[in-house]
Amino acid sequence: MSNPVFERIQSTIDANDVVVFMKGTQSFPQCGFSATVAKILGHLGVDFQDVNVLADPEIRNGIKEFTNWPTIPQLYVKGEFVGGCDIIREMFETGELRAFLEEKGVKLEQAA
Amino acid sequence: MPMNAADIEHLIKAALPGAEVTITDLAGDGDHYAAHVTSTAFAGKTRVAQHKLVFDALGGRMGGELHALALTTAVPK
Repeated sequence: MSNPVFERIQSTIDANDVVVFMKGTQSFPQCGFSATVAKILGHLGVDFQDVNVLADPEIRNGIKEFTNWPTIPQLYVKGEFVGGCDIIREMFETGELRAFLEEKGVKLEQAA
Repeated sequence: MPMNAADIEHLIKAALPGAEVTITDLAGDGDHYAAHVTSTAFAGKTRVAQHKLVFDALGGRMGGELHALALTTAVPK
């Protein structure tokens, strides 16, 4: 029995290099953790598709099951779950996030 | 019902014997903590896998009863 919500999630992460399932949108994040991830990606000049889970309750719960990760935001790069806010912030602070994105061939707007 | 720091520490240590756990109460409301966990169980694991071990230790409270836990993990040097 296929899961329509999982299929929606899968097609979103297949269709976009970088996806953030977040509370709110990148221009109007509605949660500190989601805002942090959006700000970090903005700082690195990374275009990403935001999915506002507050506007889509099915996705809000479905993504937690899909990823087997209990919190929002969730960052996907090239279909792979990278982490939530803590992991993204830690990777950013150590420079790992930039290296990871470059290795995955994600375009970073301007070099810092 | 928010959790207290001691409960969080106890749950993590019960699931990860020998782990070092430092809990910081960020807001004093029993709902916003930072936890740093050092454990040999993390060796060779990705950060996502390390964090999942801690989430499992918290028995599904993460994201629910425990709204926000800023988590960092490390392997003992």
